[in-house]
Amino acid sequence: MSTAQAEKTEVVFEAVIGIECHVELKTQTKMFCGCRNVFGGEPNTNVCPVCLGMPGSLPVPNRLAIEQMIRAGLAFGAQIPAFSKFDRKNYFYPDMPKDYQISQYDMPLTQGGVVEFWMLDGARGSCRLERIHLEEDTGKSTHAGSADGRIAGSTYSLVDFNRAGVPLMECVSKPDLHSAPQAVAYLEALKRTFVALDVSDVKMEEGSLRCDANVSIRPLGATELGTKTEIKNMNSFRSVQRAIDSEIARQTAIVASGGRVSQETRGWDEAAGVTHLMRSKEKAHDYRYFPDPDLTPMEIPGSEVQRLREELPALPQARLDRFILRDKLSVTQANQIVDTPGLGDYYEASLEISKRPQATVNFILGDISRLANEHGVRADQSKITPGAVAQLVELTESGTINSKTVKDLIERLWVGGGLPKDIVEVEGLAQVSDLGEIDGLVRDVLAANEKTVVDFKAGKTKVMGFLVGQVMKASRGKANPTIVEERLRMVLGAP
Amino acid sequence: MFEKSATQIARAVRMREISSMEIVEKAIACVEKREPAVGAFLSKTYDAARAAARRVDARVGAGEELPLAGVPLGIKDNLCVEGTRTTCASKILGDWVAPYTATAVRRLLDAGALPIGKANMDEFAMGSSCENSALGVTRNPRDLTRVPGGSSGGSAAAVAAGMTSIALGSDTGGSIREPAAFCGIVGFKPTYGRVSRYGLIAFASSLDQIGPLTTSVEDAALVYDVMAGKDEYDATSLDRRVELTSGHLREDLKGVRIGLVREFDLGVLDSAVRTQYEQAYGDLEKLGAKITEVALPSAEHGLATYYLIAPAECSSNLARFDGMRYGLRVQENDVTLTYERTRAAGFGDEVKRRILIGTHALSSGYYDAYYVRAQKARTLIAADFARAFEKCDLIACPAAASGAFAFNAKSDPYSMYLMDYYTIPMSLAGLPSLSVPCGYATPSDSSVPLPLGLELTGPLFEERRLLGAAHAYERATRHATRIPMPSLENVRI
Amino acid sequence: MASGDDIDVAYVAKLARLELTADEVCKFGAQLGVLLEHAATLERLPTADVPATAQVIPLCNVMREDVVRPSLSHAQVMAGAPKVDGRSCTERGYFRVPRIISEE
Repeated sequence: MSTAQAEKTEVVFEAVIGIECHVELKTQTKMFCGCRNVFGGEPNTNVCPVCLGMPGSLPVPNRLAIEQMIRAGLAFGAQIPAFSKFDRKNYFYPDMPKDYQISQYDMPLTQGGVVEFWMLDGARGSCRLERIHLEEDTGKSTHAGSADGRIAGSTYSLVDFNRAGVPLMECVSKPDLHSAPQAVAYLEALKRTFVALDVSDVKMEEGSLRCDANVSIRPLGATELGTKTEIKNMNSFRSVQRAIDSEIARQTAIVASGGRVSQETRGWDEAAGVTHLMRSKEKAHDYRYFPDPDLTPMEIPGSEVQRLREELPALPQARLDRFILRDKLSVTQANQIVDTPGLGDYYEASLEISKRPQATVNFILGDISRLANEHGVRADQSKITPGAVAQLVELTESGTINSKTVKDLIERLWVGGGLPKDIVEVEGLAQVSDLGEIDGLVRDVLAANEKTVVDFKAGKTKVMGFLVGQVMKASRGKANPTIVEERLRMVLGAP
Repeated sequence: MFEKSATQIARAVRMREISSMEIVEKAIACVEKREPAVGAFLSKTYDAARAAARRVDARVGAGEELPLAGVPLGIKDNLCVEGTRTTCASKILGDWVAPYTATAVRRLLDAGALPIGKANMDEFAMGSSCENSALGVTRNPRDLTRVPGGSSGGSAAAVAAGMTSIALGSDTGGSIREPAAFCGIVGFKPTYGRVSRYGLIAFASSLDQIGPLTTSVEDAALVYDVMAGKDEYDATSLDRRVELTSGHLREDLKGVRIGLVREFDLGVLDSAVRTQYEQAYGDLEKLGAKITEVALPSAEHGLATYYLIAPAECSSNLARFDGMRYGLRVQENDVTLTYERTRAAGFGDEVKRRILIGTHALSSGYYDAYYVRAQKARTLIAADFARAFEKCDLIACPAAASGAFAFNAKSDPYSMYLMDYYTIPMSLAGLPSLSVPCGYATPSDSSVPLPLGLELTGPLFEERRLLGAAHAYERATRHATRIPMPSLENVRI
Repeated sequence: MASGDDIDVAYVAKLARLELTADEVCKFGAQLGVLLEHAATLERLPTADVPATAQVIPLCNVMREDVVRPSLSHAQVMAGAPKVDGRSCTERGYFRVPRIISEE
């Protein structure tokens, strides 16, 4: 190999990703007025002089929104300052009722914090938060006159202010994420926590979670950040993943071929699977932030922060950690337990008695969840109590009942409640494992099926299943199928 | 008609000596006769006034004690009144009809006042003469060749001309006090936050206050008592008990320490004007007040401070006038051009100037040097007043450096800004302040005596002390009625 | 630092979405220059250790409870919409606005 070629070593790049989300808070009313905070509705039917920015109107902040915001920050270990305020962010846009947005600039309600998350492959990651602050949402514009509803090519726009003024948390992460799956895991962790706190529904399809990603690449091991692009218009977690992957690939291709990444804003095109240039980043907007003189500053006493902290519910990240680290559940299993309403408590209550995490979770996520979905009833609100679940685990592990009996039992518990041990005892459903009994049944079955025995010995090994079935039938389903097969093979002289 | 004060009218209506219906017709007739000369109103709301009169009479008939029963009211046109065209004397609001009523106005209407019309003003309250109105000209009833003052020029003129008994104005840097002084009536700006700003179309949020223009201190006290108090729709409205001012009006000033501001040297004024103020100070002493000198060393920076803070806030407050949701739209092919041309066509020069300077003061690179520094100067000015009020109970000074000037006399913007020299510092400190008639001076180029106003200012929240003392001065001197109002009917303009 | 700096009227007008003629740019530039000269006098004040006034009257924590208040009727909202050539700038209950050239 020549020297020139030897110098051509492959550079490995790492992606550096930061996520900026806007999360609509779940309050009865908007941030600065008493209009309903509700999704949908006919356009411009949920507005008042304040959220329409009519002359003479004034904002008055929603106490609950401020509290929800603080709770959200506390859930991620953020600092809550003693003093905070609202600032005006001044810019003109048709969905801005006042042509300024009431937001927070240099004294946000929370600072710092960390979002921890589990990747599906079992890796654990974390991403620091820059800040979370409170602001009001804008109206919604749709662009008419173009083929695809996008701005470019539209001839006019239609604006609906129903959403204007809805309280919004803006969560800005530090660029601690290094892959598209990590970014999605981060978002899922945010969503999971906000849902647990009941501060937001966090539904991307309804717009209660919107996010942009800042993506750059740099050689692995470098400390300086590369030029970043901002990616917008991702409407689902899947889009986020695809868009970030697409952008990383695009930037890598540019840099690998000797080019330079330009600082741009790019929009994700779901159908085409690529990002398009939306605008080059010229000079930054001059938002002329200043403290909003229509609003009073907020002084947040430490006692208030303490109260809100103490009243936080069990946080999902702590639960996930427990389930994965202590109980050794898979990340997928742990996520499902935590994300399904009521299932976390149900699992933990069952586990407390059963002491067998994997077996417990298999029942809960298996047959019990299936029944829950079929009937539209939550598992924890069904007739199968945690105690019952624990007993199912015990009966199975001890070999007292076999898998078919278990399935029947679950169906019966679902309908009639009660405890498995009671049913097993009363009805004598205990699995037959006694070798003598089984051998007796085996003898009877073989005697009654001479032709099948001949076939088996002739090489038709598949008929074993039939023979096992016959023994099971003869035992009214109670025989231990593993032992049955063992004994059959023994008698037939099969390996 | 308005030989009687609002206090007297309301009492007469409550005692069934006269009905609101009779009063409203008298007021309307008066407006019809005098409006051609004065031009105080941008719109007349006779139907609403008559409907209100009917309701008031019914309520009085049912035994309700309405503090402002049957009192004809003028409303500055930057106050939203549901169902009325509300313009801020600007083209940019087009024909916009307000869908809600300002809290302060609602309280007066609930108390029985009759809304006669929306009064002219300087556009968006920016001005000191009412000449910046884009929609009409108002003349000073005392001398129709002169301005009524501003920005609440129409409100002041309506009351001075006897067309309404009371009027509401707004004061940001002197816009109630200065026109009151020019027109020879009482104009009162309460402590910032005493009266709700909900429904007042904002100019400078941290300075704007609504206040009454009346023919007497007693009437100003009455209107204030009805209007003041916390409003759930205004986060800057004070949650502080309103000490009623009516019934606490003084007849003398014994024991009251009046501070004269060292920096407000009367020597800079015309001799005729100066004489009046010297006499006014002497009259205060004769009433028993102890005169003392106080210093407001930062006051000379009031103008510079104000003309950075107020435009900064207004540049943001007026951004909403963009042609998208209400008012005028000059439609172009794209939204940016639409914004630019709508606002160019809709705003007058003074408004544009203030938006420009305000935007500049907030912009990146200039924010600290201009806006922040001005807010620091403001702290110093407020501190000066606090120190001064340790030595005195009230501060007295001229409301303006002269009487009303002629139209187009102050074509240079800065010379117009100087008209607020004596009123701006009080606004910056949020203090309650009023102008009460204190005499007349005839300018050298005219033979018509023009009213002058004495400005009295109190510490924060001391409306009762302020109005109480002003009443004593007013009753002892009675300047307002000393020179009769010229005839305003059948006058050729 | 700022005294003597001329105000870039054209730039500021763009920020404020105000179309100005060339004459206006000149005229306002001169008038505002005078004002800024006066504003420069504030540099003489001892403001180094002085806090900027945040609130004229020291209020804090003024908030409202999360309780519904009356909204406007749809008709009221639409009635106030701008009119161009006599036609209301609304369409199917939306506000109709001219083409937006760039995303914000």
